[in-house]
Amino acid sequence: MSGIDPSRPLRFRFDGREVQGFAGDTVASALLRAGRRLVARSFKYHRPRGVVSTGSDEPSALVTVGQGAAQTPNQRATMVEITEGLEVFSQNAWPSLALDVQAVNDLVAPLLGAGFYYKTFMWPRRAWFRLYEPVIRRAAGLGALSGQADRGRDEKAFAFCDLLVIGAGPAGLMAALAAARAGADVILADEAAAMGGRLLYEAEEVGGVPAADWVAGVLAELAGWPNVRLMPRCTVTGVYDHGTYAAIERLAPAPGRPRECFWRIVAQRAVLATGASERLIAFPGNDRPGVMLAGAARGYLNRYGVLAGKRVVVFANNDDAQRSARDLAAAGAAVLVVDPRAQAVALGDYPLRAGAEVVATRGRAALRAVAVRDAAGHVEWLAADCLAVSGGWNPVLQLACHLGAKPVWNEAVGGFVMAPDAVSGMALAGAVTGAFSTRAALAEGIAAGAAAARALNLAPVAPDLPAADAEAGAMRLHWQVAAKGRAFVDLANDVTVKDLVLAAAEGMGAPEHAKRYTTQGMAPDQGRLSNPTALAVLADATARALAEGGTTTARPPFVPVSISAMGAGGLGAGFAPLRKSPAHAAALDRGAVMIEAGPWLRASHFLRPGEDGWATSCAREVGHVRSAVGVADVSTLSRFDIQGPDAAEFLHRVCTNTINTLKPGHVRYTLLLREDGMVMEDGPLVHLAPDRYWLFTSSGSEALVRRHLELAAQGQWPDLRLRIFEASENWAQFAIAGPRARDLLTATLDALPDLPFMGAAPVNWGAAQGWLLRISYSGELGYELALPARFGDAAFRALTDAAEALGGGAYGLEAMNVLRIEKGFLTHAEIDGRVTASDLGLGRMLRAGGGHIGADLAARPALTAPGRAQLVALRPTAPGTIAAGGHLFAQGAALAPENDLGHVTSACHSPTLGHALALALLRDGRARMGETLRLWDGLRGTDQLVEVIAPAQYDPEGGRARG
Amino acid sequence: MRLTCPLCGARDRREFTWVGAAALRARPAPGGDFVAWAHERENPAGPLDELWLHSAGCGALLCGTRDTVTHAAAPLTLAGGER
Repeated sequence: MSGIDPSRPLRFRFDGREVQGFAGDTVASALLRAGRRLVARSFKYHRPRGVVSTGSDEPSALVTVGQGAAQTPNQRATMVEITEGLEVFSQNAWPSLALDVQAVNDLVAPLLGAGFYYKTFMWPRRAWFRLYEPVIRRAAGLGALSGQADRGRDEKAFAFCDLLVIGAGPAGLMAALAAARAGADVILADEAAAMGGRLLYEAEEVGGVPAADWVAGVLAELAGWPNVRLMPRCTVTGVYDHGTYAAIERLAPAPGRPRECFWRIVAQRAVLATGASERLIAFPGNDRPGVMLAGAARGYLNRYGVLAGKRVVVFANNDDAQRSARDLAAAGAAVLVVDPRAQAVALGDYPLRAGAEVVATRGRAALRAVAVRDAAGHVEWLAADCLAVSGGWNPVLQLACHLGAKPVWNEAVGGFVMAPDAVSGMALAGAVTGAFSTRAALAEGIAAGAAAARALNLAPVAPDLPAADAEAGAMRLHWQVAAKGRAFVDLANDVTVKDLVLAAAEGMGAPEHAKRYTTQGMAPDQGRLSNPTALAVLADATARALAEGGTTTARPPFVPVSISAMGAGGLGAGFAPLRKSPAHAAALDRGAVMIEAGPWLRASHFLRPGEDGWATSCAREVGHVRSAVGVADVSTLSRFDIQGPDAAEFLHRVCTNTINTLKPGHVRYTLLLREDGMVMEDGPLVHLAPDRYWLFTSSGSEALVRRHLELAAQGQWPDLRLRIFEASENWAQFAIAGPRARDLLTATLDALPDLPFMGAAPVNWGAAQGWLLRISYSGELGYELALPARFGDAAFRALTDAAEALGGGAYGLEAMNVLRIEKGFLTHAEIDGRVTASDLGLGRMLRAGGGHIGADLAARPALTAPGRAQLVALRPTAPGTIAAGGHLFAQGAALAPENDLGHVTSACHSPTLGHALALALLRDGRARMGETLRLWDGLRGTDQLVEVIAPAQYDPEGGRARG
Repeated sequence: MRLTCPLCGARDRREFTWVGAAALRARPAPGGDFVAWAHERENPAGPLDELWLHSAGCGALLCGTRDTVTHAAAPLTLAGGER
């Protein structure tokens, strides 16, 4: 069974030229079938490169897919499925792939070894950032981004399962089947478009039928299980704590469908069946287009029907590569096997040269000839258009390393492996353990699936082990060829044997040092093909056993993951939740101009016809409140509904003033301190009914205050009987302020209770049952009306209508700010986390005897000593404005930090007082009343004189609010 | 990372808010050594007793030991005990 459908031809374009392929082809297989060898230019030397592998470990054939906003660089041609009309481009080449002027780098390559940039471009220092680095970055590059916003083409999702099987080769299929039959919820994820792993690329039989047919049978059974989810095109990219996995799914291409989906998968158990990745041998010229992995050469033949060459040299240190010789010869290629092992014999009908090595290659845009050196040292050039190389197989165990487990060298396997119990909850099965034969992989898969089922307390129903090839293919380690010329280790980053030897010679021989010095393993493929070879070269260069040096650290992601997929849905409005008041729409209908206030959208001001901006509207709105009546939406305040027989005692311990004497139907302004004695929040505390309170804190403070309160309630005083309910979103609340506030409420409410200042009572507004609080944040006669949120829209409309009928109207955040500055009331501009109650002039709110949170540390000497900044108000000595942020100095003092007396926290123009007015935190401020100070604002370039005045400038006795 | 709430079961870490070291529960009596309690805290590479608020779940304040090196986390318990 072939992996392509010859009855469904597809056309796509590569660098603008039409290429014919078939459904099932990747860009790589279609280009190879079309005879394209040269598909890319290398990262550093701009050397011509072709397709090396069949999978996500491809180091060379990186392409850009799509155009315009959809342009996606650095895609592996081996992983991109072709679709009709797909546009694919080569990258890192100019003006064209065939004629790349920067290939001049290759001619001067002897000068460009590891560390070259660091040694050469050191002086002058400033030139590094301005000149050298930009030029170098442009020259040595990958694909380019389009520069256009790429919006909304990815998505993210969550999945949960009992068992996650990573890799759907023989081991993974069997593990999934064993667990599925036992009744486990299984997710089987595989990065290829078709499941089956290596079996799809081999001409072998499993269970007496062609391997691909056997795979189809197993997949058919798995697809029939309701407890199995098959996820092809899905690469598991990261392993995180407690069974959390990240995966990137490339969705099957279809118009209008998202491009990628970023998954978070939570699994009780996992089976890692990621197989093995073939490795190259380091010999001079091992990077020409036409040099590919031996397994890939037969894979392209068996799966895609593509013969990679007519004259093929197979250069390998193992018997497995002779499967490539066998398959390619059977397909009609002239095949020669070159095997460095002296005792090697041909296992099929093709010539084999034992004890020989490939020592050089020729051909610029495509391989033309191969130099073979026999055991006696005689070199012969042979014509070849494909060189199939195998240096053995590396278990793909990066995912097993993500939680910190270290792989160990195993001489018998000829690769790095992981101890079986190295990763909690994860079993390894198949070639990833070094079990390279099909039969061993199937057996390990069955065992791992059954073990997972048992661990999930399910009775395993293990599938029978099908008949399969038990031959793994003998191998003798052969990492590099001793010959003159550049032998590449890391094709993706153009790192040669010589670079690694240089690193070792310069004291950078430890794996992590060499990686950083040479950049080996730092390309998009993260050294998947090259890491063990590089470690072996380093071990030789440092006369150290491979087992001693260890490996570099594999971290997530296993393959590159586009940030647009990880952050899918997080663009624009999706970036953070936006909170809107229940009266949002009603406010907009009144001309509200919204601004962001933390997570909330709030009305800044209400623009009326003829008003030219916020200042005009704000001044009018302040006038409404001071002379008639205004209505403001304060639904955004954080509200905690605290109930229980011990709620009073709890609040007494949490709040700074005396709470246990507060009677139902009354409100008290209170402070919350942090444990270190600083003020955290201020706000009204309402005793609604016996055992029930509302505590208000600033807008958007719910998370912080809730954590503070719950630590106290549940952690510190669990014996107190109470519950805390965060009720901000459940209520709409409106401030009604101004001399005619009572008139407004009389006209609006069914019955206006006779409330004293700081009183609270239940009220009805039509069908709505709410609460009326007589509190004032404006200094005027003020009420706040709380109604269930669903009445917020209608109530705001009704209240605003009534206010307008009385010569007032709605007021917004700007007016609210002016009103409170005129009264010296606080916001978080003043309560900035560094101020004490005493600093704010609220020392009287700390009750005698303490005992509340923060009382002890608020009494620390440094928090009560002279010299602290205290809240004052400022007005300019000459007409002018004040902006927040400026710093205060004594007149004549130098503008130096040590002379800084404080800063302006809030400022406005007070239409009521007719001049600019600011609040400030000023060192020993209360003793400086009447002083004239210099206010300097370096940011805005202002410098002025201001007079220190008392914070409450408007109605300092408070008679208006009490009236 | 996942944490096991005694009321809700195993949940993603993002449902929880980290509150601090479990030592925060043992608030000194008024007049006690608040400076040591509030500021002098071990930051171990290894097991740490800590508090979590299941803020996007049941709202319970929870207590448990997590190894700051391996992230091995024991199931959490109610910080205030059963009540």
